[in-house]
Formats: sequence, structure tokens, C-alpha cells
Amino acid sequence: MSEETLAAPAPVTGWQKFKQSHLYYSFVSSKVAMVSFAVFAVYVVLAILAPLIAPYNPYDLAMLDIMDSEIPPVWQPDGEDRFLLGTDAQGRDMLSTILYGTRISLMIGICAVILQAFIGIVVGLCAGYFGGKIDNLLMRIADIQLSFSTLMVAIVVLAVFQAAFGAERYSELALPMLILVIGIAEWPQYARTVRATVLAEKHKEYVDAARVMGFRPMRIMVRHILPNSLSPILVISTVQVANAIISEASLSFLGLGMPVSEPSLGSLISSGFDYIFSGSWWITTIPAIVLVLLVLVMNLLGDWLRDVLNPKLNKG
Amino acid sequence: MIAFLIKRTLQAIVVMFIISVISFSIQDQLGDPLREMVGQSVSEAERQALRDELGLNDPFITQYLRFAGKALQGDLGNSYFYKEPALSVILNKLPATLELVFGATIIIMFLSVPLGVYAAINPKSLLSSFIMGISIVGISIPVFLTAIFSIYFFSIHLGWLPSFGRGETVHMFGSWNTGYLTADGFRHLVLPCLSLASIMLPLFIRLIRSEMIEVLQSEYVKFAWAKGLKRRRIWFLHALKNTMLPVITVGGVQIGTMVAYTILTETVFQWPGMGFIFLEAVNRVDTPLLVAFLIVVGAIFVITNTLVDLIYGLVNPTVKLAGKG
Repeated sequence: MSEETLAAPAPVTGWQKFKQSHLYYSFVSSKVAMVSFAVFAVYVVLAILAPLIAPYNPYDLAMLDIMDSEIPPVWQPDGEDRFLLGTDAQGRDMLSTILYGTRISLMIGICAVILQAFIGIVVGLCAGYFGGKIDNLLMRIADIQLSFSTLMVAIVVLAVFQAAFGAERYSELALPMLILVIGIAEWPQYARTVRATVLAEKHKEYVDAARVMGFRPMRIMVRHILPNSLSPILVISTVQVANAIISEASLSFLGLGMPVSEPSLGSLISSGFDYIFSGSWWITTIPAIVLVLLVLVMNLLGDWLRDVLNPKLNKG
Repeated sequence: MIAFLIKRTLQAIVVMFIISVISFSIQDQLGDPLREMVGQSVSEAERQALRDELGLNDPFITQYLRFAGKALQGDLGNSYFYKEPALSVILNKLPATLELVFGATIIIMFLSVPLGVYAAINPKSLLSSFIMGISIVGISIPVFLTAIFSIYFFSIHLGWLPSFGRGETVHMFGSWNTGYLTADGFRHLVLPCLSLASIMLPLFIRLIRSEMIEVLQSEYVKFAWAKGLKRRRIWFLHALKNTMLPVITVGGVQIGTMVAYTILTETVFQWPGMGFIFLEAVNRVDTPLLVAFLIVVGAIFVITNTLVDLIYGLVNPTVKLAGKG
């Protein structure tokens, strides 16, 4: 009994392991990283809890009162306590719409990046592992796709869909369409990185060992090779979420993204654009600050991660 | 070199072919040309007869070949709204957009190289961290926000610069009216060009900095130091040369990207260019105009990318031309 307690080493939990890692150490010693991460965490929590926190439900048309429209934020002379950040042109509470908008923007950004990563990883693994003609073909497609700007492709695709479906029907489909389009347009980033790792790893002995043991290619690729490319994937993903959020905002600004009835940060900015020059600056400015801060902390986190993990990234 | 050239040209042709097929299927699926041509009163039988006559019931491939044949002669159909050939509508607006891209490119070139090189040479200096800090903020601000707020401050608040349109232009040749030669036109160009440049400038500063830092650590630069060459010579002759190689590649791709950003800039500044027309065409479901835009922009992308690859092949002697393709 006593022998057993003596022999058993202190269980190394995942958390303790993480605390001893290089990543954790540089995180604690970098103020920028800690602040950025804290801000990002606040964003995520607010986005998830938006329906609970928001004082009003911006989707509930019954709660709108046109008399409440264009009320400035509280700290302005005409502000009212009911609306902390003022109201937009339709009389919606800005705080609530921004909370919901952040939720939509983050969701589109993250889902689109998951889709990018999934396609990119599958393509990259196949191209790297099987090599030869498959590799040639897949990478040529990736090159061509990369040579067209994401935003351009997204604008054209969404514009055509909007023209085909009509604006009304399109506004119902906007969310999945945005995720799909942004998701599909950027996979080559991941594919190139994963492929580079596979090429570097696949002739190493542990892969040979796995092959000799009779594991199928699928298992070798996913369980043995893929973990080696996790750090570059992490770096790319942070920056890609930021990019996806900017793309979504740009598309919504052009009227090709989320409809005004279910606004993301981009469509909020867009709907305020008509009023900014007549004095109602808060409808555009506040969501704009929220958007820029979100993208900024993600970019800072991405930069920090790249410095720490320092993977050989593709610069193209 | 010849093999490389042929391969790249072939690839460009294949990509253009794919773009044309996509454009054609859009035209095929989107909107009904008959509705644009005839009124409500025409009977179903007459419509069918007209369809046959126009060849709208032919198989897809026949229709595509007819479309491609016409497209090669520069005929992409008439715009529903402007009642003019769609291609000439787009090409008439092209100069306005190109002037925007040109202005932005100049700003980017003249600012990004000195700033990026400075940040690479003095990585620890205060000014460098300032440059890098500003540039990460710059990357995080979408181009339409820069545009909106530059109007807000410089046009509305300070009243220094005009906020929309092209102002006074001078006729050059063909459909080219330039705003660069009049004071008024030039003033109109400042804000849109700055906004357009604002998104790419930080990207280039960061790219040039990281490339330059990498080059400065390479063996040949260390050797040059050891030889006792002058600092300026090492920085601006030896290191800068190799820094600019990847910058050329990225730069070429970004010129295409800039066309996408012109759509945003033109929307905010109501700049009568290609992007502005494109969004109008989307709202009016003006299919021929959409298709013409798609083909023109596709061609711009393909041509710049091919040229960039070729230039890169010429400039960089280490590219194995035959193998790369």
C-alpha cells in the first residue's frame, strides 16, 4: 500500500505539461500576447453569451420603435440611459446589435477557417503523401487559386448568387454562403504548409516503421505525420480568422454579405455609412472600432505565435 | 527559357478558357434574354420560335462555341441597361480604375521600400517599432473603413479634399480621360489612392522587412561585412537586390488583389470606375455586363501573374526554368 503511493509519480496532467512548455513561458513573458489573448477571450465570451447579455433582442421587430431611432450614446448630450451606445436608424439598440453582430462575424470567421483548414489539410496530405501526378495536379490548382484574390472571387461568386436568387431569398442563404465562399477560396494556404511538412517527414524512419507495421496510409497521414504540422497550422489559423472576418465585413459592406435584418459588424458599418455624414457618427464608428480591435488582437496573436513557434511558413 | 515561356502561356490560356466557360454558364443560367427583348404580350409559341431562331435551344457546347467565337472578336453582347456593347462599357471605365491603382502603387512603392528597409536595418530602434506597430494596425483596418474615415476627417471636418467623383479630367486618347493633369482632378485622386494604398502598404513593409532581415543573416552578406565593404554598399546593393525578388512575385499578385479592393474604394468614393459599374450591374442583374467584367478582370489577373512569373524567371538566375514551368 505504502509502496504503491511512493512509486506512483505525480501524475503529469496535460495542464502541467503545458505550463512547462516553451509556449506557455513566452506567453507569460509577453505583455502584448497576454493582453491580446485576454481581449480575444472577452470577445468570444461576449459573442457566446450575446443572447443573455444583450439588453434588447435586435431581431425582434416588435420591440422597435421608430421614435427611438438615431439616439446618440449615453455620454452625448442627447443620450438616453436605456441605450448605452445609442440606437441605429431603425431604433435598434446599438449595444445589442453589436453583440449579436460580433457573434455572427466571429462565427463566420471561425467556421470559414475550419472549412479552409479541412480542405487544405486533406489536399496537402494527399499531395505530399502520394506525390507524383496527384501532387502536380493539386498544387497547380492551388497555385491558380492563390493567384486570384480571395476577395475578388468571393465578390464575383456572391454577386452572381445574389443576382440569381434575388436579394430576398439571398439574405436567408447569406450565412452559409459566406462561410462556403470564404472557406473554399483560401484552402491553398493550408495545403501548401501541410504538404511541405509531409514532404519533410515522409521519409523519416518512424513513418517507415509505421508502414512496415502495416498501417494504412490514412492512419499514417493523420496520426503520425499531421501532428508535425500543428504549429504552422495554428499560426496560419489565427491570421486567417482575422482575414476571414475582414473579408466578411468587406462583403457585407458591399451589400453581398449579411442582410441588415441580421447584421454582422460589416453590415452594421455599412448601414451606418448613410448616416455618418449627417451627424450620426456612432452607428458606423462604434462597430468599426469593435471590428478593428477584434482583427487587431488576432493579428497580434498571430504575429506572436509565429515568432514563438517559428515554423517555416510559406510566404507566397 | 522558351519551354518555360510556352508552358506558362499554355497555363494562362487554360485558365482563361476556364474563366470563359464559367462566365458563359453564368450568362446561360442568369436571367432570360427573351424577357429583355420582348414584352409580356408575346405568346408562348412565338417565344419558342424566337428561342429556336436565337439558338437558345441548342446544346450547351454549341452555344458556348458561338459565345467564345464572338468573345474572341471582342463581342460580349450588349448591356441591358446601357444598351451598348458590354465590353466597351467596361473598357470605358477601365482608365478611371487604373489611375486609382497606379496612384496607389506609386505610394506603396515609394513608402514601403524605405520604411521596410529601415525597419530591417535598425530592428531595435524606436522608429522601427513605431513603423511595425502602425503597420499591424494598418493591416487590421479594412479598406472601406480607411476610406470612410478619411472622408470624414479630410473632407467633412477639415474640408481639405473632395470626397467623391473624379473632378475635372483631361482627355488623353480613346476613352482615357486623366485626372492627373489638372489640379482639381489630382485633388480628387488623393484620398481614394491613399485609402487603396493603406491596405497594401503595411503588407509590403512587413514583407520587405522580414525578407531583408533574412537576407542580412545570409552567408554572402556576412562575407561582404568581412571584406570590409561600406555599410551602404552592403545594404543597398548586396542585400536589397535579393530582398526585392520575392517582393516582385508578391507585388504582381497584389496588383490583381488591388482590383478587388478598388471595388470597395470606388463604392465609398463614388468613383466612376469598373468596380462601381460592376456593383450597379449586380443590382440590375445586367448579365452581359457582369460577364464582361468577369472576363476583363480574369484577363488582368492572368496577364499580371504570367508576366510576374516570367519576370521572376528572368531576374532570378537560380530558378530552374525548364523544371519549374
